[in-house]
Amino acid sequence: MNPPLIEIKNLSAGINGKQILKGISLTVRPGEVHAIMGPNGSGKSTLGYVLAGRKGYDVTGGSVTYDGKDLIELSPENRAREGLFLAFQYPVEIPGVNNTYFLRAAYNEQRKHRKLEEVDAVDFLAIVRQKMKLLELPEAMLKRAVNEGFSGGEKKRNEIFQMAVLDPKLAVLDETDSGLDIDALRIVAEGVNKLKRPDNAAIVITHYQRLLNYIVPDFVHVLWNGQIIKSGGKELALELEEKGYDWLIGKNSK
Amino acid sequence: MTTTKSKPAADLGAHLAACESFAASTAGHEWLRTLRRNGVTHFTELGFPTTKLEDWIYCNVAPITKLAFKPAASADASVTAKQLSPFAFPDWTGSRLVFVNGHFSPALSSLPAPQKGVTVTNLAAALASGDALLQSHLAHHASVDGSGFSALNTAFIADGAFIALTPNAVAAEPIHLLFVSAPGDAANTAQPRNLIVAGTNSSAKVVEHYVSLGGAAHFTNAVTEIVVGEGANIEHAKFQEENLEAFHIATVQATLARDSRFLSHSISTGARLARHNINLVMTGQGVDCVMNGLYAVGGKQLVDHHTVADHAQPHCGSHEFYHGILSGSSRGVFNGKIFVRKDAQKTDAKQTSRNLLLTDTATVNSKPQLEILADDVKCTHGATVGQLNDEALFYCRTRGIAEVNARRLLTHAFASEIVNRITVEPVREHLEQVLWARLEELIEKK
Repeated sequence: MNPPLIEIKNLSAGINGKQILKGISLTVRPGEVHAIMGPNGSGKSTLGYVLAGRKGYDVTGGSVTYDGKDLIELSPENRAREGLFLAFQYPVEIPGVNNTYFLRAAYNEQRKHRKLEEVDAVDFLAIVRQKMKLLELPEAMLKRAVNEGFSGGEKKRNEIFQMAVLDPKLAVLDETDSGLDIDALRIVAEGVNKLKRPDNAAIVITHYQRLLNYIVPDFVHVLWNGQIIKSGGKELALELEEKGYDWLIGKNSK
Repeated sequence: MTTTKSKPAADLGAHLAACESFAASTAGHEWLRTLRRNGVTHFTELGFPTTKLEDWIYCNVAPITKLAFKPAASADASVTAKQLSPFAFPDWTGSRLVFVNGHFSPALSSLPAPQKGVTVTNLAAALASGDALLQSHLAHHASVDGSGFSALNTAFIADGAFIALTPNAVAAEPIHLLFVSAPGDAANTAQPRNLIVAGTNSSAKVVEHYVSLGGAAHFTNAVTEIVVGEGANIEHAKFQEENLEAFHIATVQATLARDSRFLSHSISTGARLARHNINLVMTGQGVDCVMNGLYAVGGKQLVDHHTVADHAQPHCGSHEFYHGILSGSSRGVFNGKIFVRKDAQKTDAKQTSRNLLLTDTATVNSKPQLEILADDVKCTHGATVGQLNDEALFYCRTRGIAEVNARRLLTHAFASEIVNRITVEPVREHLEQVLWARLEELIEKK
């Protein structure tokens, strides 16, 4: 078996003193896709933010080892440079910053960190064009400001486009499917599938089973009240679709 | 509108003496002499505004009143073209009219190729040739009773830019008006008076650009009147990058006729004290206007924008976007008035004022002022003062951009949002360079 890419052990975390994650353990190895499912308020997005290092989300217990390093000790930018990528549930608009310029700045900071030569605008455009095809993105999107005035679907596609260009080792997709119509969902999911390789991995956080028709997970975990209450294979997602969460929650909330 | 008159400053003696000697030594048609006298009368009555006046509450002009008052009588001939090279727009193909201490310098200027229906010249030349538009428009738009400064400028009307477009004329190239303060001892005073008259369905782009060559204190007191005819389309960009000892007081007064479009930009980075009055009056229906502004200041600078969107007629739209970036212990003032007159139904007025404070010691006073007398209108306003958006910072960092670089990126972006609305590319490029350097200074020196 491959050594783990990320190993979350008994992780507890919260915001403003309020405990949200209450002892989560999860191991993801290269080549694997893990789905984290659960009802609203179960702590799914908190997990994404804690992994990406958002200010205000305090880890109160447990550990996260990522690629042999203590993830919690790293700044958000260093996590990214080490190959961790968070696709936001609500991508942030940055008016005044050109999409390509932004992405090249990020790309080059990551290259610098890995002691690789920075890429100039011309070479970068070639990389970008190739990745755009993958996601069926219109070229005009490159010239617009980051996420500004993008539709919900465009924002999500832009997240996956950034992921394609930055080529992370571990991608955490936070509700990438929310707010997408079925065509956009298909494009986004296909993009994710095309980027899948034996040496990278993804954690797909989702509320609905629907996305998992397109991105087939190796493992499914159910998060509720800050804990993983059940883990299984892809068939668990189908079971949840059929029965909802109540049968699991009922068992755990005595 | 403020009706309280300011009390005349204790001593206007030097200023009034200068007015008198100017009137005695300067020729001109009777109508012009009357105009100037009218300016003197109002200036005598108004004096310089004090902070007791509502419109000047945050803008203390006392240092200006103490400055030796030496209105320049002509362009300083020692200025060379080479000295002006930092203020040239890259790959500029348009014309450039240079005014030194408020007076036209033919030697430093390049006038546009003659074009039918398009007059681009200086006011003194137009006055000499007796252009009829001058008598019917000069000082008919900017009121002399608004503040002592406009009155003082009117008392000294002599030179500035004069641009006139006959109906349907489209100026082939943008026009660069460069106002230079020559190096020299303190208290150089320039009082340019500009007039732009755009006939029905005409179109032009004009850049009004203020710079200093020396580092000494000087005083610019400018008035620009713009008359936009029916269906005409005018873009006016004002850029003030004077030295950090300068005092800059200026009014842009535009009268917008039916179905006209007017795009106003005000970018202000220089001067120890800069006060910009930008007043747009919509006198016909269907006008569409934009007021777009950016100030980036540090140290002890004060920058004050007072804007007016006067919806005198129905079915007009005004959209206002002002951004401020403040460092050191600088101060910013934004006062945006929107008048919607009784019959101005279906008015669509939008105003946003956003300010970014890079230090705890910088301050901003942002005040929307809405006076709405019609009932079927859409008026919105919003003001923010604060730091960079945490969520945007985090987003940048999750992509691998270091926090310090993310802050830089977002600060520059905040400025770019405004600059990007300027449609003349070389101007945008020049601004981006100047602003980049200025913002780096503000970020580092904070």
